[in-house]
Amino acid sequence: MAKDDNSGKDLAAADSSGVGQEGAPAGTVVVVRDAVANPGFPPHRPRVTDVQPSAERRAERTVYTLFYLSIVGSVFAIAAYMAFPIIPEDPGSVRTNNLFIGLGLSLALMAIGIGAVHWGKALMYDHEGIDERHPVRGSEDTRARAVEIFQEAGEESGIGRRTLIRNSLIGALIAFPLPAVVLFRGLGPQDDNPAALLSHTMWKKGTRLALDPTGTPIKASDITLGSAFHVIPEGLQDLEHGKLEEKAKAAVLLMRLKPEDLNELPERAGWSYDGIVAYSKICTHVGCPVALYEQQTHHLLCPCHQSQFDVSNHCEVIFGPAKRPLPQLPIAVDSEGYLIAQSDFTEPVGPSFWERN
Amino acid sequence: MSTSTTTTDLVETKKSGGLTAAASNYIDERTSISTAVKELGRKIFPDHWSFLLGEVALYSFVIILLSGSFLTFFFSAAMTPVEYDGSFVPLKGVEMSAAMSSSLDISFDIRGGLLMRQVHHWAALLFVAAIGLHMLRIYFTGAFRKPRELNWVIGFILFILAMAEGFTGYSLPDDLLSGNGLRIIDGMVKGIPLVGTWISYLLFGGEFPGEAIVGRLYSLHILLLPAIIVALIAMHLLFVVVHKHTQYPGAGRTNQNVVGYPVLPVYAAKAGGFFFIVFGVVMLMASLFTINPIWNYGPYDPSPVSAGTQPDWYIGFADGALRLIPPGLEFVWLDHTFSFNILIPLVALGLFILVVLIYPFIEAWVTGDKREHHILDRPRNAPTRTAIGAAGVTFYAALWATASSDIIATHFKVTMEGVIHTMQFLTLVGPFIAFFIAKRVCLALQKKDREIVLHGYESGRIVRLPGGEYIEVHQPIDEYERWKLVSYSDYKPLMLRPNAQGKITTGQKLRAGMSRWFFEDRIEPVGTTELERSHGDHH
Amino acid sequence: MTTIKKPKSPSGRKAGRRHPLSSVALIAIGLLFTGGAYAAFSTSTASAETSANSQQTIGEGKKLFAANCATCHGLAAQGTGSGPSLIGVGAAAVDFQVGTGRMPMQVNGPQAEKKAVQFTDEQIATLAAYVSSLAPGPGLPEAKLLDEKGDAANGAELFRINCAMCHNVAGAGGALTEGKYAPALDGVTSKHIYEAMVTGPQSMPVFNDMNISPESKRDIITYLKYLENNPSPGGYALGSLGPVSEGLFLWIFGLGTIVALTVWITAKSN
Repeated sequence: MAKDDNSGKDLAAADSSGVGQEGAPAGTVVVVRDAVANPGFPPHRPRVTDVQPSAERRAERTVYTLFYLSIVGSVFAIAAYMAFPIIPEDPGSVRTNNLFIGLGLSLALMAIGIGAVHWGKALMYDHEGIDERHPVRGSEDTRARAVEIFQEAGEESGIGRRTLIRNSLIGALIAFPLPAVVLFRGLGPQDDNPAALLSHTMWKKGTRLALDPTGTPIKASDITLGSAFHVIPEGLQDLEHGKLEEKAKAAVLLMRLKPEDLNELPERAGWSYDGIVAYSKICTHVGCPVALYEQQTHHLLCPCHQSQFDVSNHCEVIFGPAKRPLPQLPIAVDSEGYLIAQSDFTEPVGPSFWERN
Repeated sequence: MSTSTTTTDLVETKKSGGLTAAASNYIDERTSISTAVKELGRKIFPDHWSFLLGEVALYSFVIILLSGSFLTFFFSAAMTPVEYDGSFVPLKGVEMSAAMSSSLDISFDIRGGLLMRQVHHWAALLFVAAIGLHMLRIYFTGAFRKPRELNWVIGFILFILAMAEGFTGYSLPDDLLSGNGLRIIDGMVKGIPLVGTWISYLLFGGEFPGEAIVGRLYSLHILLLPAIIVALIAMHLLFVVVHKHTQYPGAGRTNQNVVGYPVLPVYAAKAGGFFFIVFGVVMLMASLFTINPIWNYGPYDPSPVSAGTQPDWYIGFADGALRLIPPGLEFVWLDHTFSFNILIPLVALGLFILVVLIYPFIEAWVTGDKREHHILDRPRNAPTRTAIGAAGVTFYAALWATASSDIIATHFKVTMEGVIHTMQFLTLVGPFIAFFIAKRVCLALQKKDREIVLHGYESGRIVRLPGGEYIEVHQPIDEYERWKLVSYSDYKPLMLRPNAQGKITTGQKLRAGMSRWFFEDRIEPVGTTELERSHGDHH
Repeated sequence: MTTIKKPKSPSGRKAGRRHPLSSVALIAIGLLFTGGAYAAFSTSTASAETSANSQQTIGEGKKLFAANCATCHGLAAQGTGSGPSLIGVGAAAVDFQVGTGRMPMQVNGPQAEKKAVQFTDEQIATLAAYVSSLAPGPGLPEAKLLDEKGDAANGAELFRINCAMCHNVAGAGGALTEGKYAPALDGVTSKHIYEAMVTGPQSMPVFNDMNISPESKRDIITYLKYLENNPSPGGYALGSLGPVSEGLFLWIFGLGTIVALTVWITAKSN
């Protein structure tokens, strides 16, 4: 209970370091024999509003003015809702709508808040109160009774004696949530194997390389030195289902370097065409699109975690958390001069996964 | 005073008329609400600015509930492809999910809709930040000590749930930024040994991105997670009522009392008013500052990405941990891929979270102190705890800053490789430096406190004595100020003693080692003997 | 406000705004004109330009070049150890590099910085005339491609796919490797944006007309100018840097304000 009692009585009895829970071990705390005693509460200092009636009246005026101001804010917000409609295709109207409704509401809220706090601080009775604390643990009687209740319940139910009932109940309680675990298998399609799905993309022998997003096929002669083309397999945009899923695996970046800048692996001879190379755009770290191509250094940078790949050296990792080079798409040119894939990627694209080897 | 609200009194006051009295009586006869008013109406809450940080978190949660409910009336959590035909010209005719399209409609075709979206998002950022700051206050003042250890655990779980709420909400609009965020989650999950591939497959309902994830995250975001958060907040507050609030050391305050203002009326006015103030600040931010302009990001598509792709601030530490890993930490062994570039961050952050979660129990075990503590420590008076906290904050801050390595590089004109290498150093070595500095600063501040208690403040006034000697006059402090500086617990390191069987167990050795680490550097509080001696010394 | 998308042919995605066949026709015309060969492409835009410049202009340009550029790029623009060859870069590259102040370069750094322009428009034109007289290269864009009246939606989509990873979705710029960066696009003139796409200055890849057609480049410029001319609907955009600036703002301004208010609330009234 709040008491207007700042005399500090009984404080002398309270231990300064907080000891006082009989019997609770204090650990390695050092008990100071000559500890300084708690001096009790400092004298109360009255506020200006307590001693000057004019200050009190001013505070009162401030508080109700703020509350009236809040009403003004609310009315303003409603008026702004009507006065600043959203005009289709005009983002400026959205901005004014947002701004003025928001400012009205801000005023309405802030004025209530500041008014209430000012009222509490300047005008309400400001003597501090004191509550007594009691140990959190229940009293000895209560605790004894609680133990007794459990014992009685144990007796009356016979849970201690009838072990078969008890054990079979425990077994049943463990078993019953298991079907729920099985039910969650249904979160993914029933018959697919995720690891197998990750190993294939839409690319296959003869698929034309096409521009993202239009799907226009690309001729080898279109790719000038220093170019970077963002590529999807031809036909991707016509898919009825799974367009994004296929794109998430099949996105490719096509670049043309001077053939002498390109240091190709012997086993990948013939995967490029006249300095044109195609690499998976999906980072081998956690799968962001690695699309930042620096045409002078031939470095590719992932904007998410800063892995860097060197296109002139078969996209090996030169910086950052990724380990594996970006998978290369073997390309060739068909009879009409269009770029085509020689096959699917020869390894799974994108982030690593457990079954990958 | 509050006993005047018992039923009989109410019945009597009813005769003197008044609708309020009648209503009170009606309700009390059906709810016994007078008991609650009697118990809680004059409950004392101590006043200190840092005690309001938890309230900021609570209030932002209320704001999130209010604005979020509004948003649910318009949001469509489906990933069905639609062609956008709303008011925002640069996306007209673009194919996108219904989720993205409805988020754009909220922003551009519903008056005040953008405002509510921005209120919701700013309040969400504030919610997590306020929990974080509140936790720092609890930690550095030792408020987690008995009997409040379990409430620390509940609070910390709330922090993690708040981050989960934030991340699920961030992903709902299905824009390019959040889609790439989900892509990163997918990549991380796939890196988990044995089950990763399957977890990702089940989570996304097939291959990434699928058409299921937004709906699933929506269920978590508006149903499951809020329900758990509300339940835990209720428990958290119930414990605050049961334990009564802690207080800072001060004249007249003891471990057996709590000094402050009663709930009715002062605390209600201040705390109630504070809700409107927090709401007002959030509203002001929402009306003046853009947050998450999904219209710039456009719909999610696995091929594009934006420079500066980052998660919201509270997930930054995890993103930073991913960026810090040096190249080459991935191996194929026994026909399986072990992605240590993902596992190391996951395990390191998991351990960090675990240590923070159980810290109260570790410290209680080391000190062996089983008493209740209701008077807070000043951070300097627990130097090792404060130093551990500083080390933890440094570790977290280094990870957090790393998540913006590219933006640091462009804005401070340094190389991003240099930023990453610096951050790698800071993450590993920074905590040790911070520990050392914080501990020394605490000990120095404690020594300064002793000086002040024994010799008073330096007044800055130089006096020449008759003998020609110059001295600075020291202003003695009053007994109320002095009490704040001398009233703290001082622990000494644990002495190793054989147990009943005459043995010293490994556990005891560990505990003694930890105890030595915690308490070997200690500054004792000033006692009366010393105080009197110093007064004798003075002139 | 939304309609369920019906299956469509890939070329007809924005049928409501343009004739469905127009983009097909456009591509066909483009293919026809360029003949699919790079040489043909690079000369077709530049030849008219070259002939228009009189020999006198070229001569003046050559003098300016010798005085200001030859130290690094060589007297015959053949390139030296400290500067690349400019043969075949075209008038567009000169207009972009000199017109944005990047050239002449004052200090060596990770990349040439945008700074105050060092030459008058006429001087830049003579320099461009000289360089484009050396060998055919991309010429200055036609005015109708810079009118900022294209299809912003198409431009936005192309911008996200081809540009946003370096320049950020709102054109706020971003980091590249080793201290290089993609600059912010706010305030860059339509002409310079076009020239940068065609010539691929410094780290930037080249976006030739087969990759992004001139009309699509016009759309991209239209989108960027839309962003520039329409301030963010949500209020001040905090640099359009995304969650980092939002988080910093929340901690410093949001939480800072609230903590200051908590101090006021709990301070004793005087």
